[in-house]
Amino acid sequence: MHPWVGAGNDDQRHILTLLGLKTVDDLFASIPAEVCTERLDLPPAQDEDGIRKTFAAMANANAVMDSLPCFLGAGVYRHLQPAVVDAVLSRAEFFTSYTPYQPEISQGTLQVIFEFQTLIGRLTGLPVANASLYDGATALVEAVLFSHRVLRGKRNLVVVAETLHPMYRKVLDTYTTAAGIEVVVVPPTDDGRLDPEQVRAAASDRACCVVLQSPNFLGIVEDLPSLADATHEGGALAVQVVTEAVSLGLLAGGGDFEFDVVCGEAQSFGIAPGFGGPHLGFFACADRHVRQMPGRLAGETMDEEGNRAFCLTLSTREQHIRRAKATSNICTNQGLMALAATVWLEAVGGAGLRELAASCLARSEELKRRIAELDGPWRLAYPSSPTFNEFLLLGPGTGPELVDRLAGEKVLAGVPTATWGGSWPDGILVAVTERNSASDIGAFVAALEKLS
Amino acid sequence: MSLPAELLYGRSHEWIRVEGDAVVIGITNYAQDQLGEVVYVELPEVGTGVATGEELGTLESVKAVSEFLAPVGGEVIGVNERLEDEPNLVNEDPYGAGWLVKISGSAEGEDFLDAEAYQQFLEQESG
Repeated sequence: MHPWVGAGNDDQRHILTLLGLKTVDDLFASIPAEVCTERLDLPPAQDEDGIRKTFAAMANANAVMDSLPCFLGAGVYRHLQPAVVDAVLSRAEFFTSYTPYQPEISQGTLQVIFEFQTLIGRLTGLPVANASLYDGATALVEAVLFSHRVLRGKRNLVVVAETLHPMYRKVLDTYTTAAGIEVVVVPPTDDGRLDPEQVRAAASDRACCVVLQSPNFLGIVEDLPSLADATHEGGALAVQVVTEAVSLGLLAGGGDFEFDVVCGEAQSFGIAPGFGGPHLGFFACADRHVRQMPGRLAGETMDEEGNRAFCLTLSTREQHIRRAKATSNICTNQGLMALAATVWLEAVGGAGLRELAASCLARSEELKRRIAELDGPWRLAYPSSPTFNEFLLLGPGTGPELVDRLAGEKVLAGVPTATWGGSWPDGILVAVTERNSASDIGAFVAALEKLS
Repeated sequence: MSLPAELLYGRSHEWIRVEGDAVVIGITNYAQDQLGEVVYVELPEVGTGVATGEELGTLESVKAVSEFLAPVGGEVIGVNERLEDEPNLVNEDPYGAGWLVKISGSAEGEDFLDAEAYQQFLEQESG
């Protein structure tokens, strides 16, 4: 038998004879009959070209994000996609290489990681960033486990803002349940923001960390300095989660306000929104906690001849050296996506990122202003709270109904909050980026007027 | 480096010095040599209670991380804070400035070797 070609009928008969069986089904005799399907009702077999046409017809029935005015966000954002990102990404040297276990011969990979870390460090306001994690949710989980370790495992409580992305909460719950860590949730006040007094009371001297998202799930920017103070009073670590990384182009990262960890999702940096990912987690922390940091870390050094060179550093925290006592089971990084983010950030540049973020803010404020001016049932849930590029819109019906009706008007209006529950009103989370043209915004407002 | 006669030695290469009701703990010259250049020492918090053989902290060198264990049980009453900035003291002066932890407890009833016996133990180990 050829190793790459499937078994033919003769091969199958030969194998069955050797096994002393009559039919292929006999191989699966141990599967209980009640879980087996007698026969699948499938259309007749088609050739390759026919299958392509069938699936293309199905795909064309979908409304594609870019084909309609699209205001979807809630953790995944649509931003500029310069061609240089995919061009660099598809180079075989990068595309096929895995996390370097023999690191020092992989100077290019290490340099990318080092640059990624540097960029994340600058954006978050913290001195150390790791080589990346899988996604924002697992980066947050790592931040909680990290805080638990920093406080020597003595504080089995984590305080979480209800306005953390609900899907992140679910991932966190999976881990904390297993780790025996209790989760206490602090709801937002009527303006959609956290009350530092409530945070202070919930954390007291029992919590290992306070986790909050800013801009939060409702799009609202939290008051980071007062929340850091409230957290630190009882000795807990302050963790900021960022799901819209472009906000860091305009808003100072938590590191500038004494946050101990800033982590989250960097999909906004050059990774197109895709159903199921891929995503890109980032994690930055203070110098004094670096030995408890999860994940890989590239460092800058000099080679034998005094040339600038890169290395993996502090590997002794990691699983392949420290085994069961490693700081984390993350012993790899999201290399290709970190490369995308690095190329994207370097292509956009510092001033460019600020401009791009300012454009998101301006367009979002424009849409908010025009909604506020409408007479009728549409209104902003938190009209006086500061937002970056996302806000909660309320209208004449439930969120899912409103999304459907607006889709009928050829506008992808956003994500209904009812999908995940929460103490906030049932509406639509509307995200606006630099990709939303003036005509997109006009179409949105026109659709709202029509459905008034 | 000769073995100080006033110390007692454990078979997992730590030393202790009895000071009244307390013992000072460190690792031997052999241990630091095996470990290589120490770059980080994680010490317990003062006030922590430990049983004999329990993990006290970790020593991280350029090539490995090893736990060091409590050779006697008791309460941690002092840690060598200098190691935070100068972990290499463990290499340079393992029996002096490179001490690790002070525990209120007694070595009595524990199985320690004197300098001569530990020297023989080392020779057997390497032989």
